[in-house]
Amino acid sequence: MPDNQEAREAVGDYKAGWKDTENSTIRFDFGLSEEVVREISKLKEEPEWMTELRVKAYNHFVNRPMPKWGNTSALGEIDFDSICYYLRSSETTEKDWDDVPEEIRNTFDRLGIPEAEQKWLSGVTAQYESEAVYHSIREDLEKQGVIFLDMDSGLKEYPDLVKKWFCSVVPLTDNKFSALNTAVWSGGSFIYVPKGVHVEMPVQAYFRINAKNMGQFERTLIIADEGSSIHYVEGCTAPSYSTDSLHSAVVELIALPGAHIRYSTVQNWSSNVYNLVTKRGIAHENAKIEWVDGNIGSKLTMKYPAVILKGEGAHAEVISVAYSGDGQHQDAGAKIHHLASNTTSKILSKSISKNGGRGTYRGQVTVSPKAENCKLNVVCDALILDEESRSDTYPTMEVANPTARCEHEASVSKVSDDQLFYLMSRGHSEEEALAMIVNGFFEPFTRELPMEYAVELNQLMALEMEGSIG
Amino acid sequence: MTAASGRAGALMEIVDLHVGIDGTSILKGIDLTILPGEVHAIMGRNGSGKTTAANVIMGHPDYEVEKGDVLLNGDSLLDEDPWERARQGVFLSFQYPQAVPGLQVGNFLRKSVASIRGEEAAKGADFRKELNEAMDQLKIPRSFLSRYVNDGFSGGEKKRFEILQMMLLKPKLAILDETDSGLDIDGIKTVASGVNAAVRGTDSGALIITHYSRILEHVKPDFIHVLIGGKIVASGGPELATQLEENGYDWVENVAAEEVA
Repeated sequence: MPDNQEAREAVGDYKAGWKDTENSTIRFDFGLSEEVVREISKLKEEPEWMTELRVKAYNHFVNRPMPKWGNTSALGEIDFDSICYYLRSSETTEKDWDDVPEEIRNTFDRLGIPEAEQKWLSGVTAQYESEAVYHSIREDLEKQGVIFLDMDSGLKEYPDLVKKWFCSVVPLTDNKFSALNTAVWSGGSFIYVPKGVHVEMPVQAYFRINAKNMGQFERTLIIADEGSSIHYVEGCTAPSYSTDSLHSAVVELIALPGAHIRYSTVQNWSSNVYNLVTKRGIAHENAKIEWVDGNIGSKLTMKYPAVILKGEGAHAEVISVAYSGDGQHQDAGAKIHHLASNTTSKILSKSISKNGGRGTYRGQVTVSPKAENCKLNVVCDALILDEESRSDTYPTMEVANPTARCEHEASVSKVSDDQLFYLMSRGHSEEEALAMIVNGFFEPFTRELPMEYAVELNQLMALEMEGSIG
Repeated sequence: MTAASGRAGALMEIVDLHVGIDGTSILKGIDLTILPGEVHAIMGRNGSGKTTAANVIMGHPDYEVEKGDVLLNGDSLLDEDPWERARQGVFLSFQYPQAVPGLQVGNFLRKSVASIRGEEAAKGADFRKELNEAMDQLKIPRSFLSRYVNDGFSGGEKKRFEILQMMLLKPKLAILDETDSGLDIDGIKTVASGVNAAVRGTDSGALIITHYSRILEHVKPDFIHVLIGGKIVASGGPELATQLEENGYDWVENVAAEEVA
């Protein structure tokens, strides 16, 4: 396998990691091999089954060809050998905010986490590079028996639970990038909500890529037991770097009968990041899974939050927005598989492209022959802000049962001069007017977010509209 | 300085204004002066240049001013962007207000008031009270605030919303472009009450652009100007509206032609 050889050559001078005395950092040299994978697992003191799972996944990653669809030219530019696959910037997982190293704390202070926590958080896992450095759980959550840990701690403390569900939704052979994640994953969240427990407040985690050439491979697993509910919120901001960076996460959701999981994300990657994420959930009988997914920035995003409607009466919703600017391609959408009768699904996808940005909606909805009386609704809207930008829609519906009720709507629109003039005549500059139109377009998504995220997204889009005129 | 622009204390002056769009001349030399507290009306048929006049005063980028000037309180507006004109007190009630899906009426009003009258004006209980009073006067239900700007509005709702904005933005110069068209008599009365509340007894002025004299019965303008073929062919007091109503635009045209001859 040429990939394998290349990878091995690149890490020929592999060292077992080195320690940065300043930051207590362990990081590997660039590139990947089976040895690196084993070493990561060893450093984390993982059980053998996890080590072997990683190695199997690594081999699948190496052997699996690149996807032949989507933006293949951008995918072809990824240099796997120039990526560092493991970096730990702080020795231990901190429980108390005050114990978090100052430099890191400053970064999070700027992101407003402590304040946000008071208002919204039930617990915080703030991912700094590869590992959680700050992690707290509100007492009431603990009392309810909810487990909320970073994934590494989850594996240590609840190995049986992890072993039962890990890779049960996204198998290690699923795709090239999920295999890579399974091989080198680090960090992410592990959540278990016991039967009948309703977590009232959104649970939140911040992720951040913060080192040059730093690949981030967090792994999140959420299990909502029968009749329980949880809203998980994930936000990403990334500083700009001059070399390419790879983010390849895997998120697995399991909603057992009657459970409800909502997973909200707003990601704002710098324009050199490859964001290749596999998100999938399984909804059992009468369970409900909702993905609320906002994608801003990155060089290339390929992300299609998926729900497998496995049990009768299950419901899936995917509400997503994508914003692509100069040199950016958002290839995003949703996948929903109706395997059982009386299952319902709804997809709302909104994309904006500007300054030559490219937005692609790629969706797949399937209804299996045995699934009776399913209802599915797909709406995708695109807003194109200038002549250089582009929007494509690839909706796929494979309906193998005639009792299904399917609805599909798509629209492409442009901002008109008259719309801008109307808003400008009310005292708003051209940039402000454009931001109002853009934020209005995203509003059906924004209103689903916790308020601080909605505000942040609106501000972000206003910033994006700056300098876009003339 | 021309004679027209020399009028002391003028709120707005249009001086020998020539305007074209895509190489076609539309306004061919217009002069008009509005003093504080005055209501003027421009009447004319479709295509006479009425909406062009309104758009040019507000600063629509598609129009080219070939000659002449528009001054507000003695300063030319022509180099100012539309939002700067708005902040200086120019308001246009649109003939065809634009829909902005997803932009909530309540938020939009607050942002517009903050932008034009300052942050303080858009805050707290005072603003809420002002808003409620204006909505009551215009018979607009509270549920309106959570709708999206002009999105799915009926013709009448759009026009009421324009007047609501005018009342809250407190312009120095309000231009109403065919605000009465498509309204029933109750709607016209409501709109007229809004205009009267905004202008009468204040230092503000209004320019009402219309086909019909109906709204003028309720607003009672101080001056009426008849625009034909890009020129004001007649100006006069309220009686001009009645004459127009009785004799039609052809009559004015003939009178104007005789005068020229």
